[in-house]
Amino acid sequence: MIPPAVTDFRTVRVRLYAAAKERAGAETVEVRVPRDAVIGDLAAALAAEVAALRSLSPHLLFAVGTDYVSKDAAVPADGEVVAFPPVSGG
Amino acid sequence: MIKLTRAPIDVAAVTEAVRGPASGAVVLFLGTVREMTGEKRTLRLGYDAYPAMAEFKMAELEAEARRRWPLSEVRLVHRLGLLELGEVSVAVAVSSPHRADAFEAARWLIDTLKGVVPIWKQEHWADDTTEWVHPGMNGLSPADEPPAARGIG
Repeated sequence: MIPPAVTDFRTVRVRLYAAAKERAGAETVEVRVPRDAVIGDLAAALAAEVAALRSLSPHLLFAVGTDYVSKDAAVPADGEVVAFPPVSGG
Repeated sequence: MIKLTRAPIDVAAVTEAVRGPASGAVVLFLGTVREMTGEKRTLRLGYDAYPAMAEFKMAELEAEARRRWPLSEVRLVHRLGLLELGEVSVAVAVSSPHRADAFEAARWLIDTLKGVVPIWKQEHWADDTTEWVHPGMNGLSPADEPPAARGIG
């Protein structure tokens, strides 16, 4: 019998903007994700662990550094991820 | 050239910066703070940004516009902070040898800026409430959430 895989978790800091920051009441939040997580896993963890962001979470966009990342991109090994609702400049 | 600024946008300076002998056409677009949205009255608008990414995406837009159209000069300026009614929140100025390219590029630049650059406006309504504007999800207020999802504190 194959033993169940032991999932190794890590903590990722997520920087929030606009309504996400306001709802969470914080500029950053920390969530736990599997070590090999992709951004989609991080989005799910945010919705599960930060109740104030739950209804926003389907709308959140993610960035690493200065550009958008897709849901299937790997969560970077270190440094933070940025999350925000749809933009409304202009 | 792109810029984020907390100071009022000098519209004349932005326009002059794109004028020159190579260009037969200058197009200037200004976004300004509007009072009425349907029946709701705005007192002022707050603008916030993720500045490093906003500047990166604005520079990308300028580069892409220059690839698509034969532009002489480009200025993209977005203001941040609290703006009063009628104030200029964004200026897009482009120059080109001919007007068709200048019009098309300016239109594409403001439309794309509004869709991808991480800047957000916050309505300060006349009833003293505030509301972040997030296209595709407005009307979704914290009060719509079941109490268990609202979070404490």
